[in-house]
Amino acid sequence: MSLKKVSKDQPDKFEFSEENLSLAKKIVLNYPAGKKKSAVMALLYLAQKQNHNWIPLAAMKYIAKFLEISYINVYEVATFYSMYNLSPVGKYFIQICTTTPCMIRGAYKLVDVCKKNISEKENEFSDKKNCSWTEVECLGACISAPMAQINEDYYEDLNVKQFEGIIKDILKDKKPKPGSYRGRVNSEPEKNRQTLTENKNA
Amino acid sequence: MLKVKINDIDIEVEEGLTVLQACEIAGAEIPRFCYHEKLSIAGNCRMCLVEIEKSKKPVASCAMPVADGMNIKTNTKLVEKARKGVMEFLLANHPLDCPVCDQGGECDLQDQSMFYGIDKSRFKENKRFVPEKYMGPLIKTQMTRCIHCTRCVRFATEVAGVPEIGAIGRGEDMQITTYLEKAMESELSANVIDLCPVGALTSKPYVFEARPWELKKTETVDVMDAVGSNIRVDTYGWEVKRILPKINEDINEEWISDKTRYACDGLKYQRLDVPYIKKENSFKKISWQDALQILKDKINVTKPEKIAGLTGDLTNMETLFACKELFHKVLKSKNLESREKNIYINLNDRKNYLFNSEIKGIEKSDLILLIGTNPRYEATMLNARIRKSFLKNNTEIFSLEDLGDLTYNYKVLSNTTEEVKKIIENNCDISNKIKKAKYPLVIFGESALTLNSSKYMFEGFKKFLNENNKITEEWNSLNILNTNASAVGSYDLDIVCKTNETLEKINKNFFEILFLIGQDNISINKKSEFVVYIGSHGDKGAEIADLVLPGAAFTEQNGYFTNLEGKLQMAFKASYPPGEAKEDWVIINEISKLIDGNGLFKDKNELLTAMNSHINSNKKNEFSNLFKEEYINEKILTLPIDYYHSNVIARSSKTMNECRNIRSKLKKTGTEG
Repeated sequence: MSLKKVSKDQPDKFEFSEENLSLAKKIVLNYPAGKKKSAVMALLYLAQKQNHNWIPLAAMKYIAKFLEISYINVYEVATFYSMYNLSPVGKYFIQICTTTPCMIRGAYKLVDVCKKNISEKENEFSDKKNCSWTEVECLGACISAPMAQINEDYYEDLNVKQFEGIIKDILKDKKPKPGSYRGRVNSEPEKNRQTLTENKNA
Repeated sequence: MLKVKINDIDIEVEEGLTVLQACEIAGAEIPRFCYHEKLSIAGNCRMCLVEIEKSKKPVASCAMPVADGMNIKTNTKLVEKARKGVMEFLLANHPLDCPVCDQGGECDLQDQSMFYGIDKSRFKENKRFVPEKYMGPLIKTQMTRCIHCTRCVRFATEVAGVPEIGAIGRGEDMQITTYLEKAMESELSANVIDLCPVGALTSKPYVFEARPWELKKTETVDVMDAVGSNIRVDTYGWEVKRILPKINEDINEEWISDKTRYACDGLKYQRLDVPYIKKENSFKKISWQDALQILKDKINVTKPEKIAGLTGDLTNMETLFACKELFHKVLKSKNLESREKNIYINLNDRKNYLFNSEIKGIEKSDLILLIGTNPRYEATMLNARIRKSFLKNNTEIFSLEDLGDLTYNYKVLSNTTEEVKKIIENNCDISNKIKKAKYPLVIFGESALTLNSSKYMFEGFKKFLNENNKITEEWNSLNILNTNASAVGSYDLDIVCKTNETLEKINKNFFEILFLIGQDNISINKKSEFVVYIGSHGDKGAEIADLVLPGAAFTEQNGYFTNLEGKLQMAFKASYPPGEAKEDWVIINEISKLIDGNGLFKDKNELLTAMNSHINSNKKNEFSNLFKEEYINEKILTLPIDYYHSNVIARSSKTMNECRNIRSKLKKTGTEG
């Protein structure tokens, strides 16, 4: 991870849509009076969702004014957390987990697939501009390593061939089926339950 | 009081102190980077680790409150090992570039690594590189050296009131920067240079100029505004290399404004070093002897009432007094004036032109009313105190006029004399608030005192406050904010024309000889009068002069200044006047010697004795009759101050010019949006 780069192409203006504005007002109410700056992370996420999965500077300024805090305070938060994107990402944004468990299970092979099919470098667009990828730290699905997150869905238990298929679908603007690619339900064992079989509640 | 043991010595300390402060009281020095008395506690450098009994791990003393019965040790093996460990981490990514670093010789990291550093690095990986950040024309950055103490961030948000510096990124990639690398929009910005414990933020104008041990240090006072900040002037030979703050808790605490700090390069440029005479519209060099002879001949053929003098904003009291004696005793003229504008002034009592609540007193005030003043530009350090009071007591602040950003919130009333009338006639909310407040502060600016109803407003307010017991021995809530360093000194020496018409007469070209003693701030429509300029810089005054006599700047002569609170302070000689220039009072003395044969004073001591007896003599003046007390409904407009160009030294300074250009550009494009 290195310091996130802020995009040079910035829109002039950002405003919450009516729906998000009322949502934002509701979020602010979650915090005690005078502490509304605590809502900054939620609002940044809201802005990211509204603006094609990335946060422009205009949105940071907008949020700073909305919460009556300084620009730099919002900027600090936005650069601190890796889940805020500060430059445009593809319509399909692929995040490949390369932390130890996934790495042991072959995450870098998935990275190679991305390099081959999408773009040579991280955070660059594919030829058709609808897809970009990045390496990330642990996404908390170690039990089904290796895995990748595409937008808001997890794609788990991957192997190179399956992942190539997923990416090909994406490049054709077709959303592949999320979940385990070895037929598991959530994080349950592959076939039947192996332990605690007598316990009905387990 | 709490009983604690520090290094086996029993001491008693107040409640609410931190372990670090307690150790300091006990005389045990604790190394630190992020901790600073005037800033909030961050506790992130970990250099101040100490051992506390019953705590398994060493404790960061700056963030640990002291408790009863603590047994603190600062000199054990464990402490030393812990600090060495911290230092090793701090140095892991710190470049070894002390030989080319401006902080070298006065660097906290350098000093402390002498005690806690390890001779070689065990860090075999690549060192971190951080690109330089733009922080304006005053601050040079070398962010690879940064150890992330966040002192600058806390200073900007807390003291300066411009939350523009922050830490972006995380972990190894954390970087300190201004928002989108814009220049900091504060008049206190350069204080982060002093705060920075390493060489990450250094002074841009002073870059590679000198090493701290080569400089001669002189502790003196500042004359850029009437606050009289205490400063240290560092000189290398003749040249003033830099100006640093000197701690004075009553006046400037630990900070100084950017103008105080960086106008010093104005002492190098535009200097007058030999006497000049104007001939055929161009200046010709002449000798002192000839210059004074010309002046003498001119004075001999002129009637005393046709001679006038104006003293300037940076003139010290010795010179002012010498001028007064020259006009009074030798020239026999009554037309000596120190004011630049027709400011209402009541010299009957010293309290009528002072900042009576004192700068320190601002901290305890609970209500502040600004009348025709913009303290941010007129007295930056005083404004910082108002902000401190605002943060500490949540002081209610009112201004008659919308002044833009003052670094704190204030309520705007209406900027008319009618509003003031309402207040003093006890006719509105503010009057009640003032009555209820325990320590109210009413600050009159010079802009409010140039109006037709000045006397009505000032005397009315005095009456109102007196009636409500707000002017007592303990607390005097009526304040005047003078903007010139010499203002209070001039009033103390009552250099105010008794008939109050000198300025008017000058505009009407009544006089035949006009002395400008360091006066460069007023524009004079010159016709046939013979203008004599005595001063240090070639500026507005010298431009219209017929005879220029080169004087000394405030760093080049010993001289007293009285600040706006009425504190008498001495500006010490740090350098010497350039070329043939002389100290100002010497010039005045020589003029009088030439005219009446013997000088006013034998030496400086005689001058000082005479000045003291004059100040202390109980004098009665009838100045208050000079002004009509009348009420006109008019607007109170704070006259805009060209902050970076408010006096000759600042106008000659390249750094100040650059700051001014950047600020005006920011204004044009606007930082909003």
